[in-house]
Amino acid sequence: MAERRILNGNAAIAEAIRQIDPDVVAAYPITPSTAIVEYIAKFVADGLMSAEFVTPESEHSAMSMCVGASASGARVFTATASQGLALMFEILYIASSLRLPIVAGIANRALSAPINIHGDHSDAMGARDSGWIQIYSENTQEAYDNIIQAFRIGEHRDVSNPVMVGMDGFILSHAVQDMWVEEDGKVKAFVGERQPLYNLLDVEHPITVGPIDFTDYYFEHKRSQFVGMENAPRVILEVAEEFKKEFGREYGFFELYKMDDAQVAIVVIGSTAGTAKVVVDQLREDGKKVGLVKLRVYRPFPARELADVLTNMKAVAVLDRAASPGGVGGPLFTDVRASLYEYDKKPILVDYIYGLGGRDIGPKHIAEVYERLDKIAATGERGELIGYINLRE
Amino acid sequence: MALRARLKDLAGLEDKFVSGHGLCPGCGIPLMLRLVLRATEHPLVAVNATGCLEVCSSGFPYTAWKIPWMHNAFENAGATAAGIEAAYKALKRRGKLPGGDKKIKIVAFGGDGGTYDIGLQSLSGAMERGHDIVYICYDNQSYANTGGQRSGATPFGASATTSPAGKKIPGKLQWRKNLTEIMAAHGIYSAQASVSHWKDLFMKAQKALEIDGPAFINVLIPCPTEWKTKPEDGVQLAKIAVDSKVWPLYEVENGKYKINYYPKKEVDVVEWLKPQGRFAHMFKPGNEWMIEEYRKKVNEEWERLVRLTKL
Repeated sequence: MAERRILNGNAAIAEAIRQIDPDVVAAYPITPSTAIVEYIAKFVADGLMSAEFVTPESEHSAMSMCVGASASGARVFTATASQGLALMFEILYIASSLRLPIVAGIANRALSAPINIHGDHSDAMGARDSGWIQIYSENTQEAYDNIIQAFRIGEHRDVSNPVMVGMDGFILSHAVQDMWVEEDGKVKAFVGERQPLYNLLDVEHPITVGPIDFTDYYFEHKRSQFVGMENAPRVILEVAEEFKKEFGREYGFFELYKMDDAQVAIVVIGSTAGTAKVVVDQLREDGKKVGLVKLRVYRPFPARELADVLTNMKAVAVLDRAASPGGVGGPLFTDVRASLYEYDKKPILVDYIYGLGGRDIGPKHIAEVYERLDKIAATGERGELIGYINLRE
Repeated sequence: MALRARLKDLAGLEDKFVSGHGLCPGCGIPLMLRLVLRATEHPLVAVNATGCLEVCSSGFPYTAWKIPWMHNAFENAGATAAGIEAAYKALKRRGKLPGGDKKIKIVAFGGDGGTYDIGLQSLSGAMERGHDIVYICYDNQSYANTGGQRSGATPFGASATTSPAGKKIPGKLQWRKNLTEIMAAHGIYSAQASVSHWKDLFMKAQKALEIDGPAFINVLIPCPTEWKTKPEDGVQLAKIAVDSKVWPLYEVENGKYKINYYPKKEVDVVEWLKPQGRFAHMFKPGNEWMIEEYRKKVNEEWERLVRLTKL
């Protein structure tokens, strides 16, 4: 029987990993994802998991181990955050280029300097072009559900791609929420066994992994790598459909909240969606036609699907929990804006950078954004393209 | 079962590293590899740090390797081998090894750049955690793959492209890092070998591959390209390195130091330095102190090593 439990995000992810019991877990502790590694260590110490659990001396080595283990046919999990993910950067590209379906749980956290342990999306957004599928969570339930689906998505033959599952550092990693933990056997059955195409340990059939390419092959190999990402949308939806059948909860590229007749909308990733929903409900009571798009899958970016929803809006604000200094708005904004470029009918767009280093974002701040969107919708005048929320200037 | 190190026996064994690679004429790496890959009857999986060997043996769509081979990055051969070993243990325990339950050994190869320098942390971590892997450093004393920059293994005095012998600074002024002892300090089997003494190298590789746990061998590899010598002189120079005590052959096992070869006659360091273009400036007037310094340090290090064997 599924069980109603009160867990924080780290415990929720660790619980999914206990149930899945991958072949290899190689992870280095870092705030705020440390507890994921500690929970797993305890599960292994208590005999509740039989995975090969290794604690390398750095995140760089953790990801390097994951790559070696995954190329050897193992199902592999790691967890990290912030500087840890940044230290993995080099090997993230190798993992995706070698088409290794490693799953990483990320408690999204700010990047130094100044050093800051709190939640924002700078770490994962820094890895957005590394070729990893990126799935984000609004609450601990989604963190748990996303991890379970991540193995199925990444290990699908048509995808063969690593997946990172994000949850906001502290806000989700350390805050307890009540959620469903599914039956061990059902989770195991849902995830099934990894069926690798090739295995380095198949000594009777030796393979070469990671050779050098010169100018005559590199480009073709990179192009063929992208096929996995191109197939991912279909597989993500298939897995979500199966997940719904098995466990009853519904997932897609994004969640639409009161968008049916909305005229203005906010697009946001992660836990802030929860706060925004409260604000949408309040404004709806006042008769305001406001809606919310909570993006779950950031890579591959669901451009067409998102455009189908947003082209009907009058004004849209994108909330970015990461900055792109010198760029045209935050990373989410540039993707949303690019998705709409080819349509004649499209909303006026504004971008807000918010919550860096764990800076609070409350209902009041979100209400102000909707207020501005209403004004833009009424007047057709945008004003500043990029703004900041709850920042002393 | 350990093979006897007889050339005629070894010659009859299959080559697992074959011709067609692009290593330089006179490079000592293939010689080392062909010996090491023969030193066990267990199937091997090879890991290669970025470097000469990786670049010259894996140019897609060809390979010189007849065994499973993996390259990840420059500084992480230790961790990559550890990851493969972790997968091996897990899959074996769960009955999921392809081809059934069999003993497989994982052996990593890295140059001195990938081992002494950028890969030291990854290697140290893997050895500390006790993975059942063998790591072999092919030490050609420079970043030879990228054109001969200095490394932590480059000897004192050598002119390298990033420690050139100039009008003011006469080459590299630091002594090489003692990696073999650093690895020994991990409490593992750590040995120093040379391609010139093939039997010694073979026995060490056999021993390392039989150990159920981590082992490390540091092998001196002549590099005619960056040592600025004639290709055909490589192995002879490696022999002179051993005879002049520049590169002693020894091993540390269970904390005990053992010198495997005591040179029978005195060979001066000049015999090692003189034929190599990278040391040529040391023979110019005014630089005599460098040779003196070199000789003094080599003798001190040898005496220290002898003392360690008596502990």
